[in-house]
Amino acid sequence: MTSAPAIDCRHLTHRYGQFTAVDGLTLEVEAGETMGLLGPNGAGKTTVVRVLTTLTPVQDGEVRIFGFDSRRDTLDIRQNIGYVPQQLSIESALTGRQNVDLFARLYDVPRKQRRARVDEALEAMQLLDVAGNLAGTYSGGMVRRLELAQALVNRPSLLILDEPTVGLDPIARDGVWMQVARMQDEFGMTVLLTTHYMEEADALCDRVALMHHGVLQTVGTPTDLKAGLVSQASPTPSLEDVFRHHAGEDLSEDAAKQGLREIRSSRRAARRVS
Amino acid sequence: MGAFALVELQKLSHDRSELITRMVQPALWLLIFGQTFSRLHVINTGDVPYLAFLAPGIIAQSALFISIFYGIQIVWDRDAGILAKLMVTPAPASALITGKAFAAGVRSVAQVIGVLVIAYLMGIHLTANPLRIIAAMGVVVLGSAFFACLSMTLAGLVRNRDRLMGIGQAITMPLFFASNALYPVDVMPQWLRWMSAINPLSYEVNALRALLLGTPGNTWLDIGILLIAAILGVAAASALLRRLVQ
Repeated sequence: MTSAPAIDCRHLTHRYGQFTAVDGLTLEVEAGETMGLLGPNGAGKTTVVRVLTTLTPVQDGEVRIFGFDSRRDTLDIRQNIGYVPQQLSIESALTGRQNVDLFARLYDVPRKQRRARVDEALEAMQLLDVAGNLAGTYSGGMVRRLELAQALVNRPSLLILDEPTVGLDPIARDGVWMQVARMQDEFGMTVLLTTHYMEEADALCDRVALMHHGVLQTVGTPTDLKAGLVSQASPTPSLEDVFRHHAGEDLSEDAAKQGLREIRSSRRAARRVS
Repeated sequence: MGAFALVELQKLSHDRSELITRMVQPALWLLIFGQTFSRLHVINTGDVPYLAFLAPGIIAQSALFISIFYGIQIVWDRDAGILAKLMVTPAPASALITGKAFAAGVRSVAQVIGVLVIAYLMGIHLTANPLRIIAAMGVVVLGSAFFACLSMTLAGLVRNRDRLMGIGQAITMPLFFASNALYPVDVMPQWLRWMSAINPLSYEVNALRALLLGTPGNTWLDIGILLIAAILGVAAASALLRRLVQ
């Protein structure tokens, strides 16, 4: 592995038809760092994740992962990342172990090491005891941990988690975050996660980047960002206050929903014309 | 590629009832359609009894019906986020498509075994030579791989599950009837003969008849055409896979 940043994103712009989902994003994430990409629905987080994972090609700008160019070195990038998408996406007709084993095979984990690596990933996610059960019988939190085990089986240098706790109850959410933090401590990997739960990002991330309407509003450690807002009126600001400060007042639920509707409509239109 | 074939076997091992329920339709074709048309003697199949003539056609048809809906499965995988995860692994799109195509073959072969058992129970004289049966399974795998790729290519074009379901239903029966699965090419009108000549299902049935019944034919040519069709199918579906996920 080189000493290049884990993620080096320069002037990244991505459009769906007329709609600009990401607008000139420049962001650097150091190796070993846990970076939170925050923003309401429709902020452009998922598009950034799709570009970083090579699912969507770079339209404008430059993206490098550990020095590998996202346009040319897609295979090198894929060998170095683990990815957990927003949806709970496992093969419910397979057991937990079979789900992880499939990814071990796809990542070309050598045959002799495969079983040990699958066990290691399941153990890390505390799923070894139920590994023989069909994944369709797992709870939402267990499914998410199983996905993390799939993403871990190739021992990635960069783990990308797209809204990993959406749809989970608070206990399951805590469980997932606990495992992510433990994994990060154990394996020292870089973690990029997107979420719109500010309090979770505050607790977990070394730094956070706040996005709104496709534009990076600010980036820094949660402590620094909050300290920058301390005033007599607000002696202990939260990360959400920081976000509200940078994004303006349209962070209210209604505005976010409206924004989401517009984005969905734009994306549908973009699909029709593409 | 082997990973997906293994996944298919693992899924089948967890839900064997699917194998049994999927046997109903081919069994009905042999028991009702086959036996009725055997008595009518309206289709001239030469020295081969009609039920024996029909059995390889029904094997090919069963495999077609399984594999032609693999496109819907891949759209389902796309909607569930599974496809995105697969495409972020170092496995190239062609390997994913080939894997899915041969997974369709594995599932089809499982069904072929069932149809063969029914055929033997009905007293239909198919070969008992294990090498010929294994070769027939290979032919079914190739045919299934092509039709699964055709379905996944259509998935890459239409990108919508409901639309694909409609297209799947619209093309399945024409593919079946415009082949030599139910009747010899000789009894077809000229335009249908042309359709049959460009239909890979006909070559699959030809090869199966030669292997299971010993009917004269150019088996290597049939297998060669199926192989080329499968390769072209993999290429087309792979080229469109990224479009499906975007």
